[in-house]
Amino acid sequence: MEFDTITAISTPMGEGAIAIVRLSGDEAFAIADRIYKGPQGKRLIDATSHTIHYGHLVQPKTEDIVEEVMISVMRGPKTFTREDVVEINCHGGIVSVNRVLQLVLSQGARLAEPGEFTKRAFLNGRIDLSQAEAVMDLIRAKTDKAMNVALGQMEGRLSQLIRKLRQEILETLAQVEVNIDYPEYDDVEEMTHRMFLEKASLVKVELEKLLRTSQQGKILRDGLSTVIIGRPNVGKSSLLNSLVQENKAIVTDIPGTTRDVIEEYVNVRGVPLRLLDTAGIRETEDIVERIGVERSRAVLKEADLILLVLNYADNLTIEDEKLFEAVSGMDVIVIVNKTDLPKKINLNRVKELTGEHRLVTTSLLEDQGVDELEEAIASLFFAGTLETGDLTYVSNSRHIALLGQALKSVEDAVWAIESGTPVDLVQIDFTKAWELLGEIIGDSVHEGLINQLFSQFCLGK
Amino acid sequence: MQYEAGNYDVIVIGAGHAGSEAGLAAARVGAKTLMITINLDMVAFMPCNPSVGGPAKGIVVREIDALGGEMGKNIDKTHIQMRMLNTGKGPAVRALRAQADKTLYQQEMKNTIENEPNLTLIQGMVERLIIEDDVCKGVITQTGAVYHAKTVVITTGTFLRGEIILGELKYSSGPNNQQPSIRLSEHLEEIGFDLVRFKTGTPPRINSHSIDYSKTEIQPGDDVPRAFSYETTKFITDQLPCWLTYTNEGTHQIIDENLHRSPMYSGMIKGTGPRYCPSIEDKVVRFNDKPRHQIFLEPEGRNTQEVYVQGLSTSLPEDVQRRLLASIPGLEKAELMRAGYAIEYDAIVPTQLWPTLETKKVKNLYTAGQINGTSGYEEAAGQGLMAGINAGLKALEKEELILSRSDAYIGVLIDDLVTKGTSEPYRLLTSRAEYRLLLRHDNADLRLTEIGHAIGMIKEDRYQRFLLKKAAVEEEKERLQTLFIKPTQQVQQVIVEHGGSELKDGIRAADLLKRPEMSYEQIQQLAPSEILLDTEVKEQVEIQIKYEGYIEKSLQQVDRLKKMENKKIPENIDYDAISGLATEARHKLKQVHPLSVAQASRISGVNPADVSILLVYLEQGKIARIPQN
Repeated sequence: MEFDTITAISTPMGEGAIAIVRLSGDEAFAIADRIYKGPQGKRLIDATSHTIHYGHLVQPKTEDIVEEVMISVMRGPKTFTREDVVEINCHGGIVSVNRVLQLVLSQGARLAEPGEFTKRAFLNGRIDLSQAEAVMDLIRAKTDKAMNVALGQMEGRLSQLIRKLRQEILETLAQVEVNIDYPEYDDVEEMTHRMFLEKASLVKVELEKLLRTSQQGKILRDGLSTVIIGRPNVGKSSLLNSLVQENKAIVTDIPGTTRDVIEEYVNVRGVPLRLLDTAGIRETEDIVERIGVERSRAVLKEADLILLVLNYADNLTIEDEKLFEAVSGMDVIVIVNKTDLPKKINLNRVKELTGEHRLVTTSLLEDQGVDELEEAIASLFFAGTLETGDLTYVSNSRHIALLGQALKSVEDAVWAIESGTPVDLVQIDFTKAWELLGEIIGDSVHEGLINQLFSQFCLGK
Repeated sequence: MQYEAGNYDVIVIGAGHAGSEAGLAAARVGAKTLMITINLDMVAFMPCNPSVGGPAKGIVVREIDALGGEMGKNIDKTHIQMRMLNTGKGPAVRALRAQADKTLYQQEMKNTIENEPNLTLIQGMVERLIIEDDVCKGVITQTGAVYHAKTVVITTGTFLRGEIILGELKYSSGPNNQQPSIRLSEHLEEIGFDLVRFKTGTPPRINSHSIDYSKTEIQPGDDVPRAFSYETTKFITDQLPCWLTYTNEGTHQIIDENLHRSPMYSGMIKGTGPRYCPSIEDKVVRFNDKPRHQIFLEPEGRNTQEVYVQGLSTSLPEDVQRRLLASIPGLEKAELMRAGYAIEYDAIVPTQLWPTLETKKVKNLYTAGQINGTSGYEEAAGQGLMAGINAGLKALEKEELILSRSDAYIGVLIDDLVTKGTSEPYRLLTSRAEYRLLLRHDNADLRLTEIGHAIGMIKEDRYQRFLLKKAAVEEEKERLQTLFIKPTQQVQQVIVEHGGSELKDGIRAADLLKRPEMSYEQIQQLAPSEILLDTEVKEQVEIQIKYEGYIEKSLQQVDRLKKMENKKIPENIDYDAISGLATEARHKLKQVHPLSVAQASRISGVNPADVSILLVYLEQGKIARIPQN
C-alpha cells in the first residue's frame, strides 16, 4: 500500500556508535509517541518541528524500557520525503537497533522496500528530473533482487507452512462469507463465535510458533548473547580467552555508547555466541564487584545464556549462592574450574544448586574439559525443535514484521470474538491476517476467497 | 426505406432493468430521452427469479434509490413478501429481499416510464448505430427509422444473438421466447468490439394448485413492514409465503441417468455459466456427496398460479424435467407450465469500457447490464442508472459521475468489470467489497443522496428531509458523546439485567453503548433524549457509535485509496515509453487504460513494482511539463 508509514534502519549495519531508525508517513509521530517516554510526559506530537528530544523507548503495554534514545522530529513538507519524518537515534550494534526497529514495526509501521524513502521523496516532488530514471532502475533492480531472495527463502517448509495456514484461514473466511451471501443455505453450520474462536486460536498458536522460530533465526543471525559470571579469580578471563582462541572471533569490539560493554563474537560448533561485558572481565576480572549486583542483574537480563564459573579449589561462598539465585530460571551452564588444583569445593552442594542445568568441570589452564563445555553449549542450543539438520526459521526482517502484524490481526480477531462482536466484523481482522501472510509468499489476490466459496460449497438458488 | 424519425439527447436501446433505469436517469438529469424496446409488453420483465434484493444486491437497490433511481420504489409498490436477511449478524451485511409480483412490477415500471417528463418509450428493433469518426450519433431500426442523439446507451440483456437450449432442442431466441437481436450483435463485431459468449439458465414453472404444500416448509415474510426506498410511506402488509422442499437420492439418480442428454455435458452449450447460479445437473455432478439440495417454491405473483421452482435451474429435456419434479416431496403431481431452459448470448468484454460505462472505441456510446457480462436484475439496474446518468450528463455537456469502491457497491461492481473484466457472468457478493462496513444497507442515503441531489436526480423536498435526518444523527451522537452516566443503582440494574458487569465509575453514554450487551434502547432508558427521534436516526446513531473502531479503521484505508485515486493517469499516456514496466503489466495497462493509479494497482498482472514505476513516471511527466527557466 502506498502512502502508509514506512520505517527502516537508515545507518549501515554493525558499524558506528549510533544507529538511526527512520520513520516517514502520516502516522510517524503517532507511532513514535506510542513507544516514546520523554521527560515530564513530553509528547513528540507537541514538539516544534526540526528539534531533537531525549528520552526512552518503552514497550507500550509493560512500559519496560527498551532503549535510551535521542529523537529528531521533522514535519512535512520540509523533510527528505516531504512527509512527517521521525528519526530515532539509538545505540549502534545489531541487537539494539533491531530491537528498536521491531518495536516500531509492532506499532504499525511497515518495513520500507529498498529505495522507498527515495521513491517517496521523488513522488512528493523532492528530487529533480535527472534522478527519476535512476529511481526507476533502483525500484526494478532492488525489487527483482528482493524477490529472488524472498523466493529463495520461500522454498521448502516455511512457504508450505504459511500456505497451509492461509488455507485454514481462507476456509474459515469462506464459511463466514457463505452465511452472509447465502443466508438460507442450509448445508453449512452457521459460524458461531465458539467455532470462530477455535479457528482463530489455532491460527494464533501456529503464528506464535513461527515467530518463535524467527527468534531462533534471529539468534543465528545476531548471536546468542552470553554472559560469563563468577567471583574474582575463578577463571572467567581464562574461559573467555579459551573460547576466543579456540574459535575465531567473527566480529570484535563493537563498543556501546553509554554502557561499558564490549561484545565479542565467537562461533562455537555452529552456535554464534555474543559475549557480553567482556571488557569488565578483562579489566578487573570482577564483574560483580565492579558494577554491583544490580548492574550485573541488568546484564544478566539481556542474556540468552549464562556461563557461571566456580572455583574447584575453594569453598562455596555466599556470593556463589547469590549468583545461583540471580540466574534461576535462565539457561545456565555451570563450570567448575581449576581441577588442576586440590579440591576444596563441596561438589554435592554444587550439584544441588545446579539442578537441571548442565555441569562441566574444567581445567582451563591445562586445556581440560573445553570440548565438553562446547558440546554442552551446542546441545543446549540445538535441543528440541532445531535438532534436525533442516533448519527452518524465519530470518528475513520483512517476514518477521509481516508475521508479527498478522499475529496482531489474529489477536484483534480473538479479542473481538471474546467481546461479542458480530462475526462479519471479526472477519475484517481475520481477512487482514490472511492478506498479510499472502504478502510473505507474494500472493494477495482477493479472488481467492470467491473461488474458495464456490469450490467449498454448493451454492446457488 | 430509411426516414428521419427524431432528434434526442439520449437514446436507450432496451427497456429491461438496465434500460428502465438508464432511460429514467437520463430524463431526470434533464436530457430529452428516447427508449426503444423490442416488445413494449416486456418493459422491466423478470425472465428468471421473481425476487429483488438479497445480500449485496439489496444494498445496490438502496443505492439506486439514494441516487434517485426507480427500482426500490417499484418493488416497494409491487412485492408479495419482504424480508430482512442476516439480522443476526453485523450491520454491514444486513440486506432486504423482496419477492415480486412479476406482472405488477412490469406494469408499474412501464407506467412510471410513460409518465416521466422528458422521456419517450417506443417499440422497435435497433439494427445499426450511426457512427461517424468513432463517435456514436444515433440509431437505425429494422423499419428504417433513423433517430439522432448526442449519446446512446445499449442495454440489450441476453437478446444479443440469444439462443435457447432445452434438452436436444436449440433455437434462436431472446429470453422467454422473445425475438432475439442478431443484426446488432453482428454490427458490434463489425465496429470492432470483442464479444464473449455467456450462458445462464432458469428453472421450470409449475401450477400452484398441483403442489402438495403439506410436504413443504413455509417461508413467510417479516412481520415488520419494510421498504427499499427512502421515499416509501405506504407499506404492503398482505404478504404471500414461499415454501421450501428438497431434492433426494431419487432426483439425483434421474439426473445421473440422463446426463448424456444434458446439453451442458453433451457439449451443445459452449458459453460460460455462472458458478453462483449452477444448474441442478451441475450441483449434482460437482457435489455428488450431498444427499439433498434445497428447492424454494416462489409464487410469481398474486394473480397467477405460476410458481417458480428456485434451485432447479436446468437445461435437461422436458421429459426429464417432469420426472425430476415428480421425484421431489410436494411436487409429485406438479403440473409443468413452462420448462426450464439455458440461454446463451453475446456480451462485450467489459474492459473495453471506461468507468463511466462509455466505450473506449466509440465515443458517446454506453453499455449497461447483462451485455457487460453481469447477471442479476440489481447489477443491471445499477449499471443502467450510471450509464443513463452519464449519457445524460455528457449530452448536456456536464461532468460525468464515477462512483468509487468506497462510495457504493455500484462503484465496486463497475470498477471490477472495467478493471478486471470477468470470465463468467458477474454477480455481486459482499466479499467483493473491501469496505463493506462502510457500504451498508442502512447508510446508503448518507453516502449518496448528496451526489444524487447535485446531479438533479434527487428533488429538493426529499433532499431537505435528508438534511434534517443527517443533522438529527449528528446531534444525537454529540449528545451521547458528551453525556456522562453516573453509576446509580438504576443504571447498574439495567446493565446487570442485560448481562453486563457493573460500572466502577461514571462513563460517557457513547462508551457505555459500545459495550456488546448494550443497545441504543437501553441507553435511551438511562438517558432519554428530549426530542422524539426517528427509528432510522436511532439505528444510525447506534451503528455509528457501536462500531466506531472498525468504521475508523476502514476510513483510514479509504483515505489511502483516495490518495491513489487522486493520482490521475492522462488518457494519452504512452506505456511503451516507460522503460521499467514488466511486459505483462505493460500489456494489461494498455488494454485497460486505467484512469488513476488506484485503478491501475487493481489490474491483475500489474504488481507493486510496476505501480511504483508508474507513479515515478507520472511525477517525472509533471516535472517535464513545467517550462524550463
